[in-house]
Amino acid sequence: MAKTLVQEFTKGLWEEIPPFRLVLGLCPVLAVTKTVENGIGMGVATTFVLVGSNFFVSLLRKFIPSKVRIACFIIIIATFVTLVELLMQAFTYPLFLKLGIFIPLIVVNCIVLGRSEAFAFKNGIARSLADGLGIGIGFTLALAALGAVRELLGAGTLTFWETPIQILSPTIQPFTFMIEAPGAFVCLGLMLCLMNLVGSK
Amino acid sequence: MREMINMIVVLTILGAVSGGLLAATKDWTDPKIEYQQLTFVKGPAIKTILEGASNDPIVDRFKISHEGVDSSFFVGIFNGEASSVAFEGLGKGYGGDIGLMMGVNLLDDTIIGVGVTTHSETPGIGAKAKSDPSFTNQFKGMKMTAIANVDAMSGATVTSNGINGGVAAASKMYQNLKPQIMEQLKAFK
Repeated sequence: MAKTLVQEFTKGLWEEIPPFRLVLGLCPVLAVTKTVENGIGMGVATTFVLVGSNFFVSLLRKFIPSKVRIACFIIIIATFVTLVELLMQAFTYPLFLKLGIFIPLIVVNCIVLGRSEAFAFKNGIARSLADGLGIGIGFTLALAALGAVRELLGAGTLTFWETPIQILSPTIQPFTFMIEAPGAFVCLGLMLCLMNLVGSK
Repeated sequence: MREMINMIVVLTILGAVSGGLLAATKDWTDPKIEYQQLTFVKGPAIKTILEGASNDPIVDRFKISHEGVDSSFFVGIFNGEASSVAFEGLGKGYGGDIGLMMGVNLLDDTIIGVGVTTHSETPGIGAKAKSDPSFTNQFKGMKMTAIANVDAMSGATVTSNGINGGVAAASKMYQNLKPQIMEQLKAFK
């Protein structure tokens, strides 16, 4: 039953990849994946919070009384989220403008709280770090994939480092629906379906 | 009882440490954030409007309070004379407020440019007000004392009207504040 460190890390990349396997944290998934770049930015911010909070929850798990554990988790998570928000404003301002309100909303992202409660509170520091890193990178990959599909179909471009690269010929009218909010639901549904098809074989 | 005290102590220590850490980070990042906001939000519009100015308008700025709100004015020096200012206006758009940056030549009260800074208009429709300058360019050369209506962008009536209203409101503020602006400009020679 006991998994190795490597297994704890890699389970986040496929077996339990959020949001496809672990259908949690859908709010940022749907809202920010208009472009690949936004998806990656959001993923990296979430990974930072996830690794930080997993580390501290795991470190302090012997001292935190279980009756107030949720309050303690929230303090730790909120601290990291505010740190990310300030650092993003100071160093990557254009990205902060695009992600806007969804950065502070990482506080209530179910993935972060879920990993604290379900994993870090019961496991050692090294395992918790591996788990946070794995789930975080999986989340980043998923957001990037979703962002790539939506941007490619919706705008015909892929954006990296502020520069949109035209992929589809400009003569093709882009399917603007995909970069609007309802397109996110449709796209996520189709990708979940695809994942289940692949997984069921 | 022991458990109760334990809970209180743990929560208090956690809260205090996190508060201290955040206050320190805030202090450290504050000046950086203000500079970033000016460069990325208003900077591009200011630079386009006051193109050819021999100074850096983001550095040469002053504030005047109007009806309880502080407005920033960015100074443009042309031919050795501080003759133009850029300042902000606000219009009501389809998705909320539209931030405008207006440039005015104080010598003859003509508009030298209008640009959109912040907005939440529909991508591809109202958002064109920012990406395609042909709409806001219609204000160029207009007298501040006589703002006329301009041709709307097709499909984006609400956005067009909002910007028009924003420019009209900004011209009113400008006319009220002109003596104060002239006074402040004497410092920039």
